[in-house]
Amino acid sequence: MKSDSWKPWALLGPSLTAVFFLLVIPVCFVVVYSFWLRAPSGNDIPAFQFGNYAKFFADFFYPSLLIRTIRVALETVLLCLVMGYIPAYFFYRTESSLKPFLMILIMLPFWISFIIRTLSWINILGDSGLINHVFLKIGLIDRPLAMLYNEAAVLMGLLQYLLPFMILNIYVSLDGIDKSLTEAAKSLGCTEWQAFKEVTLPLSLPGVSAGCLLVFVLTCGTYLPPMILGGPGNDMIANLIFKRIVGTLDWPFGSALSTILLGLLGVIVYTYNRYLGISQIFKTLQ
Amino acid sequence: MKLPSGWSLIRAYTILIYVWMFTPIVAVVLLSFNPQQFGSFPMEGFSFRWYFRLAGNATILGAFKNSIVLGSLTAVLTTAVGIPAAMAFVRYDFRGKDTLNTLLLAPIMIPEVVLGVALLLFIRWLQQPKSFVLLLIGHVVLTLPYVLLVVQARLVGIKKEYEEAAQTLGASPFQTFWSVTFPLLAPAIFAGMLFSFTISFDDVTATLFWATAHNQTVPVKIFGMLRNSISPEINALGTVMIVLTVSIPLFAGYISRRFARAAEK
Repeated sequence: MKSDSWKPWALLGPSLTAVFFLLVIPVCFVVVYSFWLRAPSGNDIPAFQFGNYAKFFADFFYPSLLIRTIRVALETVLLCLVMGYIPAYFFYRTESSLKPFLMILIMLPFWISFIIRTLSWINILGDSGLINHVFLKIGLIDRPLAMLYNEAAVLMGLLQYLLPFMILNIYVSLDGIDKSLTEAAKSLGCTEWQAFKEVTLPLSLPGVSAGCLLVFVLTCGTYLPPMILGGPGNDMIANLIFKRIVGTLDWPFGSALSTILLGLLGVIVYTYNRYLGISQIFKTLQ
Repeated sequence: MKLPSGWSLIRAYTILIYVWMFTPIVAVVLLSFNPQQFGSFPMEGFSFRWYFRLAGNATILGAFKNSIVLGSLTAVLTTAVGIPAAMAFVRYDFRGKDTLNTLLLAPIMIPEVVLGVALLLFIRWLQQPKSFVLLLIGHVVLTLPYVLLVVQARLVGIKKEYEEAAQTLGASPFQTFWSVTFPLLAPAIFAGMLFSFTISFDDVTATLFWATAHNQTVPVKIFGMLRNSISPEINALGTVMIVLTVSIPLFAGYISRRFARAAEK
C-alpha cells in the first residue's frame, strides 16, 4: 500500500492544476488589482493604495448597495424557508406513487437556463402579462397594474431560482431522520404537533441552515434578476460589478467591489463552517 | 404510517408552490406559439411563425452551434479532469484529503460574478483577447465541482474488490481497467458529461463576462435580445432551450435505466 502513495496525487494533478491556475491565481489577481490606480486615460497603473476602497466608503451610495444586497438576500432566505419547508416535509411524508415524478419536477428548474426562468416572469407580471390580462378581463382593474421593475419582481425571480436548492437541502435532512423516532415520541404521549416540534424539526435544522447559507451566497453573487426584473433602484452589488467591468471598464474599482463581496461572503462561509460544518451542502448537491 | 393531521393543507400548499414555480415557464412555452406581434396574452391562435423566423436567423443558429460545441468540449474536458480526481478521493487515503476536496468544490461557494471578473482579469493581464478558449476554460472551472460531486457519489458504489479479483486472475492493469473498471465507471462518466454539458449550455452569469459578439452562446444571445423588451421570438428561443436541456437528462435517465435492466438479465 505504501508504494501507492503517489497515485492519488497523479490522479488529482489535472484538477488541482486547473483550479490553481484558473481559479486561485485569478482570484488573487482580483485582490491585487483592487489596489491599482486607474489613470484618466483609462490605463491601469500598478500601485498599492487604498483609493478604490476609499471611493467605496466615500459616500453612502456604494455602501447602501451592499446593505441592499444583504437585505434582499435575507428576504430571499426567509421567503425560501417559508415557501420551501412545507413542500420538503410533504416529500418526506408522502406515500404517493407520484413521489418520484414530483421529485424530478422540483429538480427540473435546475435544467432550465437561469435567463429564461428570470425573463419568464415578464410574461406573468408585465403590463400585458397573465395577471393583468386576467384582472382586466374580469373587470377587477381598469388599467394594468405596474408589477414589474420593483423589488417584489426581483424577489420573484430570485425565489424561483433558489427555492429548489432550499427544498432539496431540507428534504435531504428530513429524509435522514429515522421515522421510528416520531412514532416513539407519539407512543410516549406526544401529539402529532409536539412530535414534529420536539423531534422532526430539530433534526431537520442542519438541512435548513445549509439551505439558508446556499441561498444567501447565491443571491449575493447574482445580477440577472435585478437587471431584468428590477428598476433603477433595485441594483445589487453584483450589478455594480457588472457595470464597472463590462460597461465602464474600470478594472481597479470593479476589482475592489469584487474583493469586498468576496470578503463579506468569505467571513459568512468561514463562520458557518466553523460552527456548523459545510459538508452538508455538498451532500445535498449530489 | 398514518399521515399527519392537516395533511390536506400541506398537500394544497405544495401544489400551490408547484403552480407558482411552473406558471411562468408554461407561459413562455404557450406564448411562443402565439402568432400575435407582441409576446403577450391573450393567445390568438396557434402557429410556428416565430420558430420559422428563428430557423432563418443566422446569428441565432450560430449561437446554437457555439453553445453545442462549447458544451460538448466542456463535457469532455471536465469529465477527463474530474473523474481521476473523484477516483483519488473515493479510493485513496492521503494527507490533506478533506482540505483538497473542499478546495476543488470551492467554486460552488464563490459568487459567479467574481469568477467571471477573475478569469477575465487574468486573461487581460496575460494580454490575451477574449476568445472561445476563455469560454471553454471558464466553463470547465464552473462545471468541475458539480461533476466531482456527481461522479464521487456514483464511484462509492463500485467496489475495489472487482479490480483486485481481476488482477488475481491474471489480468494486466490495462486489461483490468478496460474490461472491469471502465464498464463500471461508464454510467458515472456519462452522468458527469451530461451534467457539465447542461450547466455550460445554460450558464449566463459568468459567460456574459467572457463572451464577445463573435462568440455568443444562446443565453448570451437571449440577453442581448432582451434589451428591447420581451418578444415572441425570445419565448420561442426559450422554448427550444427548455426542450433541449430538459429532454437530455430525462432521456439519459431513461437510457441508463434500460442499461441497468439489461445488465440484470
